[in-house]
Amino acid sequence: MARSDVQLMLETKAGDDSSFELLLQRYRTPVINFLFRIVRDSATAEDLAQEVFIRVYRARESYAPSAKFTTWLFRIASNLALNRLRDSRHQQMEVSLDAPAGEEDSAMELPARELRVDQMMVERDRVKLIRCAIDSLPEKQRVAVLLHKYEEMDYVEIAKVLDCTEAALKSLLFRAYETLRVQLAPLVGGAESPAPAVSVGTGRGRAI
Amino acid sequence: MKYEVNCERISSTLIPYLDGRASADDQRAVEAHASICPACRQRIEEYRCLSGVLDELPIIEQSAAFNARLRERIAAEPRPGWFAWLMPSPRLAFALAMLLALSVWMGKVQPPADTAVATSQSEQDFHVIKDLGVLENYDVLKGFDALSELPVAAQEQQSQTPQDQQQKDGQI
Repeated sequence: MARSDVQLMLETKAGDDSSFELLLQRYRTPVINFLFRIVRDSATAEDLAQEVFIRVYRARESYAPSAKFTTWLFRIASNLALNRLRDSRHQQMEVSLDAPAGEEDSAMELPARELRVDQMMVERDRVKLIRCAIDSLPEKQRVAVLLHKYEEMDYVEIAKVLDCTEAALKSLLFRAYETLRVQLAPLVGGAESPAPAVSVGTGRGRAI
Repeated sequence: MKYEVNCERISSTLIPYLDGRASADDQRAVEAHASICPACRQRIEEYRCLSGVLDELPIIEQSAAFNARLRERIAAEPRPGWFAWLMPSPRLAFALAMLLALSVWMGKVQPPADTAVATSQSEQDFHVIKDLGVLENYDVLKGFDALSELPVAAQEQQSQTPQDQQQKDGQI
């Protein structure tokens, strides 16, 4: 019978590093993918994942199984990822403020999202379109969707990660999926686009 | 208008319904509404389709160096020493430190006034006890000049008959 996450963490606390290795095997890929879907860069996602596991390991001495292990794990991961996003956004803002006026003008001429969506449709790059739609969500909605859809967490757990009530989370999820439905209308066959509905799911993740 | 109210209700229960986690009442309400509302029926279908679309995001695997790098970092982490057993909890350490500080502070606090009177009284008693050996030494008292300065009447009262004095001298 597989040992629970809490059991493995308590064994790690008692000095058994092989238990921590099992936790790593269990959550390495989900954590890296969760981070990758937020920061959109595999190297950054791996760096952050290392930091997540190191923080968990460092906290082993004071670990008390008061909450689900995954709640704690993904809370650390989402905080780190969102902080990284904010830092990089801040750096980009500094760069753009220092940039010559001509570059700023050209940035203003970027096409609207709909045009980029059309361009992507031409290129048939569906993955990019999906990533673009997820990126367009506000931070909290994005984390909620990633934890709900890809990590298949229950509402209570996600609400704890995001530090909100269960009712607020359901509202957050509805708004997020509604935005995605509109953004991805060309793929889901919504009223916003005449494109036929396409469903080529791989079977991963939760059905919403 | 009738549809708007029901459509709004569907909005709050749609995600749990699609997750299969709606209550039996909510589930029946959603299905009943969807059966008479083409717009919501279409929306439910689009949500189901959206789920499949979102599944298209590929899963990435960690690089070959990820595990080795993480193991190195974990191996470099400091291990708790033997003293960790003595200090099982930062809270306990803090409580002990506070207790020690309180003890030192209580030791430095001035005693109240009545305590000072009691102390001086006990000091006087101590001196009397210390001098008790002298007071009990008759030879010393006998030659004590202060006694000769007493008034005559007092000396007579204090002095005894010569016979008694001789008896006493004989005893000594």
